[in-house]
Amino acid sequence: MRFMSIVISSQPMQGPTPALMEAMGKLTEREIKSGRMVDMGGLAPLQQGAHVAIQGGRLRVTDGPFVEAKEVIGGYAIFEFRDKAEAVAMAKEFMQLHLDHMPGWEGTCELRPMVGHGVDMKCGEAVQSPAHA
Amino acid sequence: MTAADIHAAILAAWRIEQPRLITSLSRMLRDVPLAEELAQDALVAALEDWPKSGVPDRPGAWLMATAKRRALDHLRRAKMLARKHGMLALDFEQEEQAMPDIDGSLDDDIGDEMLRLIFTACHPLLSRDAAAALALRMICGLTTEEIARAFLVPEATISQRIVRAKRTLSESGLAYETPRGEALSERLASVLEVVYLIFNEGYTASRGDDWMRPQLCQEALRLGRVLVSIAPMEAEAHGLLALMELNASRAAARIDADGEPILLLEQDRRRWDFLQIRRGLQALGRAQALGGEGGFYVLQAEIIACHARAETAEATNWRRVAGLYEKLSARVASPIIELNRAVAVSMAEGPEAGLAIIDRIAGEPALQTYHLLPGVRGDLLQKLGRHDEARAAFEAAAQLAGNRRDRSLMQRRAREVP
Repeated sequence: MRFMSIVISSQPMQGPTPALMEAMGKLTEREIKSGRMVDMGGLAPLQQGAHVAIQGGRLRVTDGPFVEAKEVIGGYAIFEFRDKAEAVAMAKEFMQLHLDHMPGWEGTCELRPMVGHGVDMKCGEAVQSPAHA
Repeated sequence: MTAADIHAAILAAWRIEQPRLITSLSRMLRDVPLAEELAQDALVAALEDWPKSGVPDRPGAWLMATAKRRALDHLRRAKMLARKHGMLALDFEQEEQAMPDIDGSLDDDIGDEMLRLIFTACHPLLSRDAAAALALRMICGLTTEEIARAFLVPEATISQRIVRAKRTLSESGLAYETPRGEALSERLASVLEVVYLIFNEGYTASRGDDWMRPQLCQEALRLGRVLVSIAPMEAEAHGLLALMELNASRAAARIDADGEPILLLEQDRRRWDFLQIRRGLQALGRAQALGGEGGFYVLQAEIIACHARAETAEATNWRRVAGLYEKLSARVASPIIELNRAVAVSMAEGPEAGLAIIDRIAGEPALQTYHLLPGVRGDLLQKLGRHDEARAAFEAAAQLAGNRRDRSLMQRRAREVP
């Protein structure tokens, strides 16, 4: 089952501690070397990007929006997990590292199965027959 | 959480930790099969303890500590503190004192350890079937039952295969070292064969078979990714990964709503997984950059890439495919490769040219029970308007077909001849 994992936090990361960086680096290396992680990317701050929104029935483009006190997504990773239990186990390890090495930080790792890769959108159950995908 | 949820969570945590368990224990005990057993013991311990006490915050550390305790127990009990392990006696005491400190294991070179593990599991001393079972067990963490379901053999058969394989490894007194340089390249061939075996076993699965069978493709892909990350300079490793990714990319398009197989040329290409194709082509590119042009797996990946790159079946570069099969044939004399080349040649130059090749190989012993020989022949004869001969060929193919789906496909072809 393919999963995307994104880390969301309302606390901007001041900068991970060296201990956290090292621990995350090792975890990432393990996930790549074990064949579970197939893609990953960091997302630059929204100030470097843009919003294209529909508001009041009109399109509004905001270049480099400055958003306060909103949930920020720092990056994403894509995995091939055997099942949801494996996804959760890996994510727990990942977040435990934050607890261990950057106490006080709060955030959420969101795990989303990617549709069509053994996943049926309707019932969310892994479906073995690709005909349902 | 239900009992089933907890069980799944324990298994998941153990599978993630398992390679490091085995590699650390192997280093302590200098015995991979024993290490594997103790890693299994740690799982059993977790299955007993965690439903009661809850899943620990650091499951990996818990498992590692448990496994190391068992390893030390074993060393004591087995009186292995003989001279040859005198070296260990000192570490042994230090280990005992340092037991609460588990973070040391984080300093392992994961790549090196995985390399050792995978090359041990796929040792040329073992039969490919035995190596496949051992690799799935030790690296992918599949249970004996899962492996048995995947290969459609009784659980006892797989159990025995694994036991015998471990005994062979123990008795052979394998030097506990990581192959490097030339030795690595030589040994790589057996590893690639095993991974490819696992992939093909899963790839030929169809709907209605146990779901573990398509899962095998995922395990093989995982093993392939492990290989390229720990042996990044090996072109054939990238080639095999490319081949597997490109083949797997068609999974969603390969069978219809009734579970019947759809031939590649008839598949709806919009259902091909383009991210996977891109990964496959990238792997192929790396293989070529490493000078792997004429390699066995690279050539096969190149052939599949021709299909992957074609937007429609009509856009397929058949001349290129035929040329690649020729190179493959030069490398490995195989009537099956020749048969595939005949198909490509027929698409590039017309059915007569393909038929000429078929007629040349028709007498090959290896092909006498291969249903695709009369199957391909029937297809070419039909295109040439030789309908009675075509029908007879398809009927012969149906007779030879090894499974229900292939048989019904050949029967359908026979019926559809005008």
